[in-house]
Amino acid sequence: MSASKFIGQPLPRVEDGALLSGAGRYVDDIHLPGTLEAAFVRSSFAHARITSVDTSAARAAPGVHAVLTYDDIRPQLTADRLPLELRPEPLPPNITPFPLANKEVVFAGEAIAVVIAESRYLAEDAAGLVEVDYEPLPAVADCLAATLPDAPPADTRQASNIVKEFRQAYGNVGAAFDSAKHRASLHFKTHRGCAHPMEGRAVLAHFDTIEDRLTVWDSTQESHDVRGFLVHLLGLNDNQVRVVAPDVGGGFGCKHLMYPEEVVITAVSRMLGRPVKWIEDRREHFLATIQERDQYWELDIAFGGDGKLLGMRGRMIHDQGAYTPRGTNLPTNASTALPGPYLVPALDLKVVVAETNKVATIPVRGAGYPSANFCMERCLDHIARTVGLDRYEVRRRNLIKPEMMPFQTGLAARSGSPIIYDSGDYPKMMATALEAIDYEGFPERQRQAREQGRYLGIGMAMGLKGTGRGPFESASVRIDRSGKVSVITGAVAIGQGLKTALAQICAEQLGVQPKDIAVIAGDTGAISMGLGAFASRQTVMGGSAVHVASVAVREKALKAASEMLEVGVDDLELQDGRVQVQGVPNLGVSFAELGTAMAGVPGYKLPGELPPGLEHSHNFLGTSLTYAGAVIAVELEVDPETGHVKLHKIVAVNDSGVVINPNTVRGQVIGSVVHTLGNTLYEWMGYDEQAQPVTTTFAEYLIPTAPEIPRIEVILLEYPGKNNPLGVKGAGETACIPVPGAIVSAIENALESFGVRIAEFPLSPARIFELLSQGRAGNA
Amino acid sequence: MKPAPFRYHRPRTLAQAVEMIATLANAKLLAGGQSLMPMMNMRFVMPDNVIDLNSVDELSFIREEGNKVCIGAMVRQRDLERSPIVCGRLPLLAEALRFTGHTQTRNRGTFAGSLCHLDPAAEQPSVALTYDAEIVATSPRGKRVIAMSQFPVAYMTTCLDPDEIVTEIRISAPPPRHGYAFVEFARRHGDFALASAAVLLLPAKDGAIERAAITVGGVGSVPFRFAAAEKALSGKKAEEAHFLAAVEPCSELEVIEDVHAPAAYRRQLARVLILRALRTAADRLNSAH
Amino acid sequence: MSDTHRITVRVNGEQREVEVEGRLTLADMLRHRLQLTGTHLGCEHGVCGACTVLVDGRSARSCLMLAVQTDGKSVETVESLGGRGNPSHPLQQAFIEHHALQCGYCTPGMLMTLVEFLRDDPNPTEASVREAISGNLCRCTGYQGIVDATLAVAKAFANEAGR
Repeated sequence: MSASKFIGQPLPRVEDGALLSGAGRYVDDIHLPGTLEAAFVRSSFAHARITSVDTSAARAAPGVHAVLTYDDIRPQLTADRLPLELRPEPLPPNITPFPLANKEVVFAGEAIAVVIAESRYLAEDAAGLVEVDYEPLPAVADCLAATLPDAPPADTRQASNIVKEFRQAYGNVGAAFDSAKHRASLHFKTHRGCAHPMEGRAVLAHFDTIEDRLTVWDSTQESHDVRGFLVHLLGLNDNQVRVVAPDVGGGFGCKHLMYPEEVVITAVSRMLGRPVKWIEDRREHFLATIQERDQYWELDIAFGGDGKLLGMRGRMIHDQGAYTPRGTNLPTNASTALPGPYLVPALDLKVVVAETNKVATIPVRGAGYPSANFCMERCLDHIARTVGLDRYEVRRRNLIKPEMMPFQTGLAARSGSPIIYDSGDYPKMMATALEAIDYEGFPERQRQAREQGRYLGIGMAMGLKGTGRGPFESASVRIDRSGKVSVITGAVAIGQGLKTALAQICAEQLGVQPKDIAVIAGDTGAISMGLGAFASRQTVMGGSAVHVASVAVREKALKAASEMLEVGVDDLELQDGRVQVQGVPNLGVSFAELGTAMAGVPGYKLPGELPPGLEHSHNFLGTSLTYAGAVIAVELEVDPETGHVKLHKIVAVNDSGVVINPNTVRGQVIGSVVHTLGNTLYEWMGYDEQAQPVTTTFAEYLIPTAPEIPRIEVILLEYPGKNNPLGVKGAGETACIPVPGAIVSAIENALESFGVRIAEFPLSPARIFELLSQGRAGNA
Repeated sequence: MKPAPFRYHRPRTLAQAVEMIATLANAKLLAGGQSLMPMMNMRFVMPDNVIDLNSVDELSFIREEGNKVCIGAMVRQRDLERSPIVCGRLPLLAEALRFTGHTQTRNRGTFAGSLCHLDPAAEQPSVALTYDAEIVATSPRGKRVIAMSQFPVAYMTTCLDPDEIVTEIRISAPPPRHGYAFVEFARRHGDFALASAAVLLLPAKDGAIERAAITVGGVGSVPFRFAAAEKALSGKKAEEAHFLAAVEPCSELEVIEDVHAPAAYRRQLARVLILRALRTAADRLNSAH
Repeated sequence: MSDTHRITVRVNGEQREVEVEGRLTLADMLRHRLQLTGTHLGCEHGVCGACTVLVDGRSARSCLMLAVQTDGKSVETVESLGGRGNPSHPLQQAFIEHHALQCGYCTPGMLMTLVEFLRDDPNPTEASVREAISGNLCRCTGYQGIVDATLAVAKAFANEAGR
């Protein structure tokens, strides 16, 4: 078998040329004559009844075409509220958002009215003239407080602040605790923040009244789902609605949802018969775009004198926010991610999903796994300290070994299917990371630094991510009459290099250069079904669909050419847009000739009596996940006088199975690390006791910038994924997962002599100083 | 996030600008725009009239008059940072500018603008206070010179009258042989300081400290001179033991408390940064000839 | 109360006459009046740097400038490097080679910042490059590819100069 020509090659990205030279086309770059712009009036209270909304002054303002509230929009729709995304699960009724607030607002920033005007400037002017009368209600500002018996309701329309309670349990936890030599109770508080892609949300809707068709350019991760929801809500059919994701400036999970604004803008476009555009500004992103947020973990662990975990049990309380638009997959993910690559013989975790008066939470990059992994890693450090073993010796003893693969964890995914780790050599990954960060040489480095009055620390953590989520992804591969190769897919490009990866996979079969393959992604008008970008799935699912379709097109092209050239299939090869005899390149047919021949000529048979066309569509089915893994090792320095943390070096060992393009996979690893590093040391989405957001600009919410980031060494190890023909695994999120655990372990290691124990993230310098002061005072 | 409507005015001379500020209602002066424009974009500030000073060329100068360095109000921070006069005669200012924002903001932002905006965490007001700078302002009533110590009145409020325009900042340059240091603690490079310390050490003939100027920034609603520490160092040698004694009153400093840092932490930062600044300033003093 | 002004501004080497409202930002003029959509808006409060352009050769956040302030000035945007759709500038080529962009949204601002930086500091170090882009947020790349691309270009420039 010949070596891969394209798969595994660090080829330049096909996306880059346009994006580098001002030729990108994001939603706000699309210029449709006659477009009106929208601005939303948003709640200034986290919880209140709306007693009246006076839009008269706004409607009379210059350039204003309409000012609309819920009562104006509702007749356009077939339902009061947005649909629940994901499969229905046992949940209270009526937990999804309204398109515009309906008599009660439940988070600060909830949209109450929309102004449609000639420009965004004029729309904002008019929005300032809308008068809303509020009757403030008590606000629930913390998910733990939300569960207490005397907590006020976060939403008076809900019977309880508890959205759902569920359990992850297997094994005999009682026996584990009874027989254990050691037991400990550990409490953790984790907080992740906002997604903050550099391009916020954006939607341009054009209801063409001549053709009775709606086109929606949407900065989304889920074109087909949005199309489906709009079809349902607007009472249209699939043929009447096209949703297309143009260039998307990042998603990170926050665009994997249909929002009230998308519904309102499309409905208004139909009402007015004009194109209507809404471009989210950064403040709106802080207020009204989903985030991940707080989780409280109360864990009891049982372990032996040899440092091996025997059982874990406890409770996790999850801040769901004011609505539950996308079910409870985020807390479900977190709960099933707790064991990670470690053996946990018995587990009993209760999860409480609680409502608060803040914007809803759904997965942000990492999808609940980083918070869970943090807790596990902290527990392992505690075990090491208790039994007096090196932290990584303890981990070695608890790691799932390669000979145990495939490993059934005892947990089930939300679909009910068992969680089975398919491939990976976790001890080898960990050893690789320790060697790369020179763990052996660290004690000497730490000692020398201490002589200079400096405090170095080292930490390492490991996490796994279920990737390649199904049930399917779509692809169509075709060679057309001009000889051009196209790949069309329901997968969505959001900056991750999807088009390059898919082009490489197709090129491997069809022999043309990836840059000469046109990839059309995220357009419901180009392919009828698809799922989109989330959960690190598109190289696995979309890539496999493209692979299968490309193989089929290849085989057909060979058969057709074999007929036309009267040469055996085995003597032919595909090269540079031709099918030719191996060793005799001028004896062949071009793709254009083949494509034309296969399009059919009236009265003549097709070559080989094959079905027409050089195209094949395939929906790749997947019901199991393939488990990617990452180890993060960090060396850092803490200044105990200021609490400042300086990162010296980061090593990321990443398994995403077979690598299609090492450049883009490395890019995903580094991006993942930096995002979650931000969540650990810089980012904090703050709310006060009235659930008012207090960090609403980039000056207050700190995204890491280049000087804070050290060089990140990326080592790619490949353990092929078992659920797809390419052997790939997802790469978009795995390296997020171990970052908080590694960094916090390193900080604790640096401050060992001060008796500091850390059970939370994020950590600001002020908080580290506070922990230091407590540690010095003996309050561990 | 678009600004509310306003009338835009572009004076070409200082006299025109003064006329405008005196007669236009609800008017704001636009200099570098790096502080005003975000507030206008977010509609925290909604002036009816914006007077753009960027075409008043007579406000762009850096010159020496005797011992004073005179900086026109429209001089960009980036030009100050690269000015041989500033680097040579006012190295404390040059050092502080490296912590101030980013190249893009320093290309437009002005020294005078930073003083007038008076963000508690800004670097330049601290530096101006350490130098005992003089602020020259003009109004229809004429010119006046304001000592920097009198300039901040309250949180983000200066003593300027509503119809006064700052035209110039004058700083008496320290003698060539002096110690200086600007030290700050910020979460990220270029961020506003959670705390900062600006230090000037002027030597006596015998090498002891004749006079110390120490300004603490970022911890109070306005930057302030740490008089107790300055007094404690006067006449003393520039040595660690004296530095430690001088910063003892840090535990009593009045500091602001907010979501980003509790009071005890700000006091701790002040103490640490002043010590580090004193040590660096002393090293520079000793190595200067 | 709005007012309009007729301005003459040299954009990417071409004289343009535009009538603008006083409050129209430079970014919006470039994007919507001149159809130069390469410059992006990420925050509109002067922190993210996606809107960075060169005004009279100096980097500036175009969300914090009024269009009317560019009267009589020259403005350069990402479209002036190579050309729209033609990434032939050495920095653009280096960005491709070093995987310095993913979603591309911060990229034009990064490029314009780096054009000025390499002009002012032809011998950068890793640290000075990171400091130069400290006013540009990127959520995708983690900055490493951008740093590598910049150092590579600086080295290539230095080699050429040395010849």
